[in-house]
Amino acid sequence: MTRASMARKYEARQAREGERSATSAMIASLAAEGYETVQAPFGHALVELARRDERVLGLTADLGKYTDLHVFAEAMPDRFYQMGMAEAALMSAAAGLAREGFRPFATTYAVFAARRAYDFIAMAIAEESLPVRIVCALPGLTTGYGPSHQATEDLAIFRGLPDMTIVDPCDAVDIAQMVPAIAAHDGPVYCRLLRGRVPVVLTRHKPDYRFELGRAQMIRDGRDVLVIATGLMTMRALDAAEALARDGIDTAVLHVPTIKPLDRATILAAAGKGGRLVVTAENHTVVGGLGEAVAAMLLTAGVTPAFRMIGLPDAFLEAGALPTLHEMYGISTDRVAARIRAWL
Amino acid sequence: MTEMRRPGAGSNVSLEQRAWNIRRKALLMGEVQGQGYIGQALGIADVLAAAYFHALDYRADEPEWEGRDRFLLSVGHYAIALYAALMEAGILPEEELSTYGMDDSRLPMSGMASYTPGMEITGGSLGQGLGIALGMAMGLARKRSAAFVYNLMSDGELGEGSTWEAAMVAAHHRLGNLICLVDFNNQQADGRSTQMLSAEPLEAKWRAFGWHCQRVDGNDLEAVVAAFDAARALVEPVPRVIVLDTRMCKGVPFLEAREITHFVRVEPDEWGRALGVLEEGRPQ
Repeated sequence: MTRASMARKYEARQAREGERSATSAMIASLAAEGYETVQAPFGHALVELARRDERVLGLTADLGKYTDLHVFAEAMPDRFYQMGMAEAALMSAAAGLAREGFRPFATTYAVFAARRAYDFIAMAIAEESLPVRIVCALPGLTTGYGPSHQATEDLAIFRGLPDMTIVDPCDAVDIAQMVPAIAAHDGPVYCRLLRGRVPVVLTRHKPDYRFELGRAQMIRDGRDVLVIATGLMTMRALDAAEALARDGIDTAVLHVPTIKPLDRATILAAAGKGGRLVVTAENHTVVGGLGEAVAAMLLTAGVTPAFRMIGLPDAFLEAGALPTLHEMYGISTDRVAARIRAWL
Repeated sequence: MTEMRRPGAGSNVSLEQRAWNIRRKALLMGEVQGQGYIGQALGIADVLAAAYFHALDYRADEPEWEGRDRFLLSVGHYAIALYAALMEAGILPEEELSTYGMDDSRLPMSGMASYTPGMEITGGSLGQGLGIALGMAMGLARKRSAAFVYNLMSDGELGEGSTWEAAMVAAHHRLGNLICLVDFNNQQADGRSTQMLSAEPLEAKWRAFGWHCQRVDGNDLEAVVAAFDAARALVEPVPRVIVLDTRMCKGVPFLEAREITHFVRVEPDEWGRALGVLEEGRPQ
């Protein structure tokens, strides 16, 4: 580390106010208090899908236990491939299996798919439009292990890739329902994954919610603010909306689980309804993610509401306890609510 | 020893003649564009003749036939050579030869699956072919298919880490239906492969990775045919590799004698001369 970067990080740590948190960097719950959780929704949904479709296979690069694929591996050992710590082989082999008529689900961490295996995903999978589903844990800031594990730019990387469908699920409902939905899709898909004990959020706020690939859905309506959110930030936006309601601020939350292709019609209709501050919220750098995608869409369509973006800074983030980091980088519920209040 | 079910078997056209025809077609395509990776094409022609007229099982009129042996061109820039072989095999019509590298052609300068019948993958991003071959071999094994997957790669690709990832995984999964062909022409973009990033001792490396390895003169048809036969006949369920030492520009002595580079420059008037020289060496 250079002296300059070390000094910068040290200063940031010294400037941080409040108690040091002892919460583990890895297991800190993403859920706000009061949400029920479901264990390993991806693994169980994949087993269910594979029972109906014999073409479905599971592959991982030494991260089965950490992407909930171990549930599948235990239920269907003959449909599971352990590739070892070899992400290039993981993605290329998934492409080869898809060529032979199978429907592989390949799992690793988002950093390794986006950074290390990108060329293999681009050329062996996407350029050929092959039905490989890449499902990756630790998206954005969901670990306190530092930049080696924090995939803060994965959406930007994959948004640039033609033919790639991108899904950023919010909760256990999204994850369980996206598995059959992406399996029915004909091309390649990149999914961010929340693993382990995953909260049930969307159906608590909207009991009839169902995930639909490519569709954005209004989870709650409101007159003053429209938050266009994806991934776990939809949970933050919904919780912040409840806090803002106590201050008399009426907040709508539009959940956009499919980042590419974006649901243009729904987003334009919602943002075009005059008089609301429009805020995007994503668990990703503000460079190249949902915020910039929505901004470009609005501007080219001539829809120009007051517009703000909530996301991670364009920086390598710090290590530490996850709640502390979410607070520090502005993606905790309190910080989301505070920023919206300040913008009104 | 050929098997009667294979397309090349039963023909009275010799493998020498097939290799010569492949060289001639490649030169004709090079003449169309005034360029092309002709050095590699002339060097690998004997291997392609042995592949398409001795080893591989396929149906010329049904390139997607499920039972076919898969032949993957990891080296996308060798497309000029594979097009020549696919034409010789009747998978591509010879009339398309004059469209090589043109707008709207099915024969782009670098091989891509979405353009060309018989082109199994999009190569060109070197170091990817063996990994895809690995997945296809896993898939064929699941389907209990008798087909083999062949991956043609270059010595330069031995420098890619992904090649060795795939080699480890293939051995771990005991993929006896995977045959890798390494064209060792000792030439890559910046110079001699052995002087840039030596892969030697190469046979020992492959064996240490759990592969059955043979190394033969890739321009000795008899030796290449024997190596294909041995690779296919092996009972032990391990992946197989044949390292083929080839000579760039083989068959056109004045180009062979030239200082060889990765991209052999041929002057406009030399294509005709090369075809003439090749004609003199036509098999009897």
